[in-house]
Amino acid sequence: MAMQTPSSESPESRDLLVLKDVSKSYGAGVQMYCAVADVTLVIREGEFVSLLGPSGCGKSTLLRIITGLNRATTGTVLYRGEPVVEVNPHATIVFQTFALYPWLTVEENVEVALKARGVPPGERRQRARHLIDIVGLDGFESAYPRELSGGMRQKVGFARAMAVEPELLCLDEPFSALDVLSAEALRGELLELWLTKAIPTKAILMVTHNIEEAVLMSDRVVIMAKNPGRVLAEIPVTLRHPRKRQDTAFLAIVDKIYAAVAGRTRPEAETLAQAARKLPKARLNALAGLVEILVADGGRADLPRLGADLSLELDDLLPIVEAGELVGFCQVQEGDLLITPLGRLYAEASILTRKEIAAGRALRLPMIRWIYETLQRDDDRRVDRDFFLDKLREEVGDFAEDQLDVAISWGRFAELYAYDKDTDELFLEP
Amino acid sequence: MKRFRFGPVLSKRPPFTAGDGLILLGLAALLYVGVRLAFAAPQSIAGPTISTSARALPWYALLSVGRMTIAYFLSLVFSLAYGYASARHRAANRVLLPLLDVLQSVPILSFLPVVLLGLSSVLPVSIAAELAAIVLIFTSQAWNMTFSFYQSMTTMPGDLQEAASVFRFDPWLRLKTLELPFAAVGLIWNSMMSWAGGWFFLMAAEIYNVGARDFRLPGLGSYLQVAANEGDMRAVLLGVGTLVLIIALLDQLVWRPLLTWADKFKLEMVEGDDRPSSWFLDVLSRSWILQKCSERYLEPAAERFDARLRRRAGRVLPALERAGEGHHLSATAIGGISILALLAGFGGWQAVRMLMLLPAEDWARLAVGLLATFGRVCLSLTLALLWTIPLGVLIGTRRRVAAVLQPIVQIVASVPATAIFPVIVVALVRMRGGVNLAATLLMLMGTQWYLLFNIIAGASAIPLDLRYTTDLLRVSSLDRWRILILPALFPYIITGAITASGGAWNASIVAEHVSYAGKVYTTTGVGAVIASATDRGNYPLLLAGTLALVVTVVAINRLFWRRLYRLAEVRYRLD
Repeated sequence: MAMQTPSSESPESRDLLVLKDVSKSYGAGVQMYCAVADVTLVIREGEFVSLLGPSGCGKSTLLRIITGLNRATTGTVLYRGEPVVEVNPHATIVFQTFALYPWLTVEENVEVALKARGVPPGERRQRARHLIDIVGLDGFESAYPRELSGGMRQKVGFARAMAVEPELLCLDEPFSALDVLSAEALRGELLELWLTKAIPTKAILMVTHNIEEAVLMSDRVVIMAKNPGRVLAEIPVTLRHPRKRQDTAFLAIVDKIYAAVAGRTRPEAETLAQAARKLPKARLNALAGLVEILVADGGRADLPRLGADLSLELDDLLPIVEAGELVGFCQVQEGDLLITPLGRLYAEASILTRKEIAAGRALRLPMIRWIYETLQRDDDRRVDRDFFLDKLREEVGDFAEDQLDVAISWGRFAELYAYDKDTDELFLEP
Repeated sequence: MKRFRFGPVLSKRPPFTAGDGLILLGLAALLYVGVRLAFAAPQSIAGPTISTSARALPWYALLSVGRMTIAYFLSLVFSLAYGYASARHRAANRVLLPLLDVLQSVPILSFLPVVLLGLSSVLPVSIAAELAAIVLIFTSQAWNMTFSFYQSMTTMPGDLQEAASVFRFDPWLRLKTLELPFAAVGLIWNSMMSWAGGWFFLMAAEIYNVGARDFRLPGLGSYLQVAANEGDMRAVLLGVGTLVLIIALLDQLVWRPLLTWADKFKLEMVEGDDRPSSWFLDVLSRSWILQKCSERYLEPAAERFDARLRRRAGRVLPALERAGEGHHLSATAIGGISILALLAGFGGWQAVRMLMLLPAEDWARLAVGLLATFGRVCLSLTLALLWTIPLGVLIGTRRRVAAVLQPIVQIVASVPATAIFPVIVVALVRMRGGVNLAATLLMLMGTQWYLLFNIIAGASAIPLDLRYTTDLLRVSSLDRWRILILPALFPYIITGAITASGGAWNASIVAEHVSYAGKVYTTTGVGAVIASATDRGNYPLLLAGTLALVVTVVAINRLFWRRLYRLAEVRYRLD
């Protein structure tokens, strides 16, 4: 009798899911928008992997490609060596918005997943009740989702997903719509089910934009960046469970990931060149607030801490930081945010001087200068919004509308130009 | 709670497209076929004998409700199939949606004479009239229900659809668990609207009668007409009472329970405070027998049905995005459309040739008629606005007034204007300009309720904080109307007015030409032109009149109402 050794199992056979050079784009020609570009990723049995990145980095798109809801434009998606051509029967999703049918009771919501697989009524009911019991909703079988709190609704979402006994459990920001306490409790409960192998799931893939959550739960964090959505880095997390958020080792990994996500402020010429294409979606008055806080903190702040103190998610904080870098008020270095002399000057200036600084800095941004100069050249100093929109579409496609809105809001803040909502015109105030 | 506005949803497309032209050409071709058939229609048609005895009433009521029911179920099946097809197949959508958009703005009643004449040339008159009534009611009911279902299908939340795909629902399970429940509330609301509107057309069809050709049908409408003509006030009251009773019973036993039941299909995740209630549904859901029946027979039967359908159509629908990949029309679809287009072109050409036969003086009559009817429509809309805005605001903003007036308004509004019309005719017909006055009155009665209900909905949707702020600012009452009330009501007034003007144009068909005591009374108007053409068998004029009415109303809709509607959507939305 041959002795079974771990080596008899080759590493390839433990690969549950393999993505090779997967890209996803929408539209064509100038309008083409690339959501995901050349992503290569492997998920093995027994792994808990997090996909982390700012919004718009294509992590949800990737999740939909993996489950077969969307199809990749190019590249291959293999599940246990077989290409994924339709909705993957071995994978399931727990949705950020729960995606429960509001007209079905808790039990019916779980049962319907079994019904779709042809499980007969008696067995269906029994399995549904058992799962509802496992997630701790005993007694709520006949309640409707609208009677439950957010945390309880997501428990139903988990029960429904587990009902079909998926090998690959995909979580699409499952805790981000919950209040802080419910989210923490549910994370603990999921980890317990997973670590004690109480569920037959072979691997978990979680999409998140919460760095601490990723470090707390997963074995590996895949960091993504946007424009186009791509994998930036993979950071393994080897800490033992239960993990503590205050541990130095934990904090070190969080810092490392933050540094990877936020990057480092590039030289000014490079930054401006990029701004020729895109402005971050942030309000300048939020930036003014950030600069003041930074000055109060002594001119330097740890980005993760700053996010936690201001209770801003990564998605909300990063665009403001990006805006700060663009106008030259702050810089990012190794996961820290530093104030520049200009930023300090701005924070301490009077309202009038502030406006002047803001106007001067904003005019250095090519898009804003282009709008301003176009308006100056116009006889009435009034130009239709659509004029700018059409020009922008040629350059940034679908982002044109968002970009123009940002440019209008920045120009208004800096009092460079104004906008008339009724006539949809931009104009220079006399 | 999402407030429903009672009226059509206008699309954002440009006012006219080539597709619209083709659709109008197709309509012209269809009308031409009807008119060609009409050449063989019997010269004189003796209507049915209508008894005014109270004992005949239940039978007449049954006939009327039967026509409504058949037409309603046809509309329901149609709207589900049409809505599903346009939402699921992008390619079909490109043909079906513009078609629907034209159809919903066409004045349906204008088709009645052509349909009646056409059908009566190939079928026995009584069957032709029955069919024409059902077709007419169907065409008045189907479009808004279809739009509602289509909109539900296309606005379904993405996560719920994705969940259905990930959990591998087959098409039937998807329809049953996701699509129908999600569409239920809108569909039931629109069914109620359609049903209420259907009475107007049923009564019109039941009393349609042009001199030598009497197309009347035995039913509540003709009963009321005969009773009014004979001056039998007791019978008139009995008839109106029966009508109101039927409408109230249907409301209590069918629509209200349905609406209450459908409340659970709302998407909102919070419990609303103004949930509908129904005593009848309470009785039903507490019934022990019904519960046992449902457990013993209904649920197992549903289970077997589901299982069978799953075996039959046991494939998982493609994910959303791939369903949308079929951007391009298939070869067969293109072939079918081209054949239809050719037929429409040929029919349209024939129609034009027939129109060339029409002498100039007939065209002049038609133009004058259109102008006169247009004037009447404007007048009735203005009159309706003048009284509905103050009353609507009063009911919408004061709970106590609403508690008293709302039920009264609902009962009065439930009586279809065409049912009362014969009574008005009898009262006014001998006066100078009496028919003119009666026609305007019918338009007013047929339109004012749409406005009133919309304005009540709009007034009660004005946020309290805005009302308090206006109070605190001590704004004069004139400014209060100018700054707060009228802008807030604007979208609702527009939606109401669009439906109302459509109804007014429709009313012209029955209102401008009446037979009373063996004599025909007419006034100037396009409805009178169409009626006299139907009476005398002047088919080119009938075709011209019907087409002119259709084109005029569609054009007014596109050029005038659509702009205001867009303005209302963009500028005066409160949410």
